[in-house]
Amino acid sequence: MRETTIPGKQESRDGAQAVGVSLGGLPYRPAHSAETAPVVLRLDKVGVSYGNVPAVNDVSIDIYKNRITALIGPSGCGKSSILRCLNRMNDLIHSARVTGSVYLDGVDINSDAVDPVQVRRHVGMVFQKPNPFPMSVRENVAFGPKRQGTSGRGPLNDIVEKALRSAALWDEVADKMAQSGTALSGGQQQRLCIARVLAVRPEIILMDEPCSALDPVATLKIEDLMRELARDYTIVIVTHNMQQAARVSDYTAFMLASEHGVNGQLIEYGATNEIFTNPKDKRTEDYITGRFG
Amino acid sequence: MTRTAFERQLLAVQEDMLVMAGMVETAIERGVEALKTRNVNLAQQIIEDDLKINRKRYETEDKCLELIATQQPLASDLRTIVSVLHITVDLERMGDHAEGIAKIALMLADEPPLKPYIDIPRMAQVGIEMLMGSLEAFKDRDPARARAICDQDDEVDALYEQVYRELLTFMINDPRTIQRATYLIWTAHNLERIADRVTNICERVIYLVEGHIEELNVSKY
Repeated sequence: MRETTIPGKQESRDGAQAVGVSLGGLPYRPAHSAETAPVVLRLDKVGVSYGNVPAVNDVSIDIYKNRITALIGPSGCGKSSILRCLNRMNDLIHSARVTGSVYLDGVDINSDAVDPVQVRRHVGMVFQKPNPFPMSVRENVAFGPKRQGTSGRGPLNDIVEKALRSAALWDEVADKMAQSGTALSGGQQQRLCIARVLAVRPEIILMDEPCSALDPVATLKIEDLMRELARDYTIVIVTHNMQQAARVSDYTAFMLASEHGVNGQLIEYGATNEIFTNPKDKRTEDYITGRFG
Repeated sequence: MTRTAFERQLLAVQEDMLVMAGMVETAIERGVEALKTRNVNLAQQIIEDDLKINRKRYETEDKCLELIATQQPLASDLRTIVSVLHITVDLERMGDHAEGIAKIALMLADEPPLKPYIDIPRMAQVGIEMLMGSLEAFKDRDPARARAICDQDDEVDALYEQVYRELLTFMINDPRTIQRATYLIWTAHNLERIADRVTNICERVIYLVEGHIEELNVSKY
């Protein structure tokens, strides 16, 4: 029998052949047990207390390279406190005390020998409210590299353009480089802040509710951008928007406070597709199906 | 925080599915009855009623899609809706098989009966028991019951095998019986398919409760 070939015939992983041309589909997110990416950040029994009040206790999770990890949970469960532990931002809060260890590529970043400024170069952060500096678009992005010692118009322009392109903002601001960053729309300002983080070439990007001040269109743009950025960066996001966690993240950690705002703990951590379709813990189920409390 | 309105809508689609199952049960029962009693009116009634079963399926599907689109169901809520969508497809196909039996009853109505019907009504009876049991397992979220029901499929398969051999013997001995015997084999085949579809429902019960797909009706060939 004559063998017929179909143009663009694809062979799937189980050896079965799909008819027709490739539709350019993306592979599905891996199950936790099948994860092959290395661990870049390891949280080992991390806890934060403010004064004498414990905010969150005993959080141990592995964060994988080039994956998006979402921290979800009701207000006061300690998810932002945990996020701030990942680049020593809690150092800036006078009453905060961090226990446990956070290993970045094997080094405990909480150790006294580690310079928090260096940590923050490796682990950048995007905040809830877009906070561009009151300076031009170009200067916003060039600010970090300049501080790190890059000089000269040529190299800086290259860095700025690359960061803005990576943040999917270049096409919208290429002719507005001298304009003030604060004159951009909310969504553009947030992407400018992401570009500002990218310009110092971090390994990991932390995002604390990055879309809560944005409209739905700007939100989807940022989410799309996050998937793009995950090719080159590891992202950890705190979000109140469960649908956002479901849409963008590969891994989800659900946290819950035992009492109102006290003693947050990690309830369940796993692959996002598993957490949102078949959570193991009743409390996770109740929270994500909206029957919490 | 509770979601009373959503919970009621979620219950409503499950109730729709159970109503549909009742309609299918009636269709199977009546199909075999029409065959046995050569009741043309009853057979025609089943064929008309199948349209209602089909409409119920699309109506339930619409409600499920609306819930997915508007309520963003997750975890067990999502699994419930996905299960209802799958089970209603299976029920609709079972309705088609019952309609197939009714059509055969019409074709055989003017022919003398080949033999007294014993195994075919028995197949229908077991199939209906399995169907009702699978939906009780769904209501009770009882995967153990779902697994147990699947074992009954072997009985239906054995009956089918028996009917098939018996009818082959008829055909070999007297070629004039070929048409009637073939129609009866189709009838038995419809009933065998119905029981098979019940095992799909049982698989959905396990998926609903345990969150994974377990194939219960693996071919023995």
